Amino acid sequence: MKIEMEETNSTIKSVSKAKGKSFFLRDAFKNGDKFTKLSLIIMGISNLVHGQIVKGLFFIFTEISFLIYMITTGMEEIFLLGSLGKTQQGWVYNETLGIDVLQDGDNSMLILLFGIFAVFAVSIFILIWMANIKSAMELQTLKNDGKKIPMFKDDIKEYLDGKLHNTLMFLPLLGIFAFTVLPLAFMILIAFTNYDSQHQPPGNLFTWVGLENFKAMLSVGGTISNTFWPVLGWTLIWAVAATFSTYIGGILLAILINKKNVKIKSFWRTMFILSIAIPQFVTLLTMKTMLQDEGALNVLLQEIGLISGPIHFWTDPTLARITVIVVNLWIGIPFTMLTVTGILMNIPKELYEAAKVDGAGPIVIFFKITMPYVLFITAPTLITAFIGNINNFNVIYLLTAGGPANLNYFQAGKTDLLVTWLFKLTTTGKEYSYASTIGIIVFILSIIFSLLLYRKTAAYKEEGDFS
Amino acid sequence: MKIRKILDFSFTHILLLLLSIVWVMPILWVVLISFRQEAGSFTPYFFPKALTLDNYIKLFTDTKQFYFAKWFGNTLFVAICSCILSTFYNLSTSYCLSRLRFRIRKPFMSFALILGMFPGFMSMIAVYYILKGVGISQSLIALILVYSGGAGLGFYIAKGFFDTIPKALDESALIDGATKFQIFHKIILPLSKPIMVFTVLTSFMAPWMDYIFASVIMGDNYDNYTVAIGLTKMLDREFINTFYTQFAAGAVLVSIPIAILFIIMQKYYVEGVSDGSVKG
Repeated sequence: MKIEMEETNSTIKSVSKAKGKSFFLRDAFKNGDKFTKLSLIIMGISNLVHGQIVKGLFFIFTEISFLIYMITTGMEEIFLLGSLGKTQQGWVYNETLGIDVLQDGDNSMLILLFGIFAVFAVSIFILIWMANIKSAMELQTLKNDGKKIPMFKDDIKEYLDGKLHNTLMFLPLLGIFAFTVLPLAFMILIAFTNYDSQHQPPGNLFTWVGLENFKAMLSVGGTISNTFWPVLGWTLIWAVAATFSTYIGGILLAILINKKNVKIKSFWRTMFILSIAIPQFVTLLTMKTMLQDEGALNVLLQEIGLISGPIHFWTDPTLARITVIVVNLWIGIPFTMLTVTGILMNIPKELYEAAKVDGAGPIVIFFKITMPYVLFITAPTLITAFIGNINNFNVIYLLTAGGPANLNYFQAGKTDLLVTWLFKLTTTGKEYSYASTIGIIVFILSIIFSLLLYRKTAAYKEEGDFS
Repeated sequence: MKIRKILDFSFTHILLLLLSIVWVMPILWVVLISFRQEAGSFTPYFFPKALTLDNYIKLFTDTKQFYFAKWFGNTLFVAICSCILSTFYNLSTSYCLSRLRFRIRKPFMSFALILGMFPGFMSMIAVYYILKGVGISQSLIALILVYSGGAGLGFYIAKGFFDTIPKALDESALIDGATKFQIFHKIILPLSKPIMVFTVLTSFMAPWMDYIFASVIMGDNYDNYTVAIGLTKMLDREFINTFYTQFAAGAVLVSIPIAILFIIMQKYYVEGVSDGSVKG
């Protein structure tokens, strides 16, 4: 039974593979009966004729609503995408009234948003249209072969079995589409417009500017690029420093806790894990106030008598950069400790014993056995952590909010990462076009580093064979 | 030899003790502040002069400026709804990608990988405008939809878990005439309790911790704030002097359940991190 099923499955697969998308369309034109051909224009007609009422009504309903949508707004929305609106809001002389009247302008932002939506709607309609023809062709073959035509009830059964993925994935995909894909497409397109604080709808229009934003960002000399390059530099320094410091610190801590003679290991582990178990907005905001000029740490140090005046943790640019890296250790080390602990326990004992027999001391063992072993297994996580740190919004934003501010920078401070700068540009600066450009650049950076990872990870290739 | 062992033992433990003091101190400090009687964000001395429970009491009774109890309720509501939706989205997607074979499976996985490379909040403003367009910005429903919307993309951990369940189980059920949906909810899900708990709890915790999306979506609608934005608001320049100790009290109240949940789940957390990175 199983073998039989697999066989039919594979034949179906090979047939559908051989018949590419265009191929089955041509097939429908050539060999389709009159109902199939009619279905090319009036969707669902073939289903209705063959008694698949619900399916047929669904197709027809989709077609009608799509046509109504296209005629009333859709066509215009797609058409408007080209210019993003022409009429600017402003005072226009009204002859009948004899005074200036405020005339509503086009809202470029809404035009772009609805335009993208319309394009997506068209593509989804095309998919449904093709499903309709496929269904018509299937019905035709079934009828020619004299087989029973599946009714609505059978269809439902099929959607809980062979086509289960359609049923289960529908809502998740809808969510992904509405809250990830659509907004992302919108923001990516914004990077190619001049949607900045000077061009805010509804008062003003914005329009396509091609690669201007990227030029402003990457060239040398402008205010934007004078901010971009230093911020990029700091982002990379931060990512390298944060990744490696927490990585090595975490491994050392894990080794320390896992030493044979340590009592109540889980107690120590929990003490350290507390710092990541508590929401970051609590711990980081606390750290922020503790390290203020008049904050708890300065007060404590002054009470003990170690220092006479406060240390300016957040107001001195260099010190602020060092402080964020150090505070990040507080969160990052337990995190690495957590991941590495399991790996440490899996290191073959024989390796250590052999090394001891050869007279290796603990330091040699650490550098020749423990480190290479852990590094070998965790190399992929290292790159993920690196990308994570490039995007480490919370630590920077909650601790310093990018400060101390720098007047030479364009709305950025000395500890701003690309992502926190992006956030500031969108929320306070309303410089959406620059923000999106930065987003795309961060994306490209992440892609480059991930490619390094995936090309090196055998596990990913193996997954391809998994089945 | 014995002396060396004792030395080693005490040295290790002293080091651990010192390190844990450094690690725990900021946390103890918040707890201490939450009991401090003197208001104000900064005091010229480290240890509070007098302790009190007033901050906790005020947090719930003084609703003139901030309404912590309501924020707590909001967050709980959002957390429960979004955790139901996210768990459903996440497990469905994971099951499909792990067990079913269909045309868009591979493209979808690569697509998810690429989507994950964009900075998460790059799309934030667009999400805000979409919600505004639909007319539900600044509402709790908007938050629920945003938190659960992307859940289908976080399939790595659950998929990895499903992958480890033997295929033979599915096949024998198939021979007995089970549909794939029955296999999903009668065989796979009962076997995946740990991962279900993990998915439920992580999605339950997210609204308690998220600051960025919530603050952008809610704007100045204090009534619909979640605890994270509400408490952060207390540290704004105009409020910090009056509300600092109350902030600490609220932070402690939120942190306790979250920290307990996290410590319970740390094992899965580790698996998730290493799985997600290796399998992509």
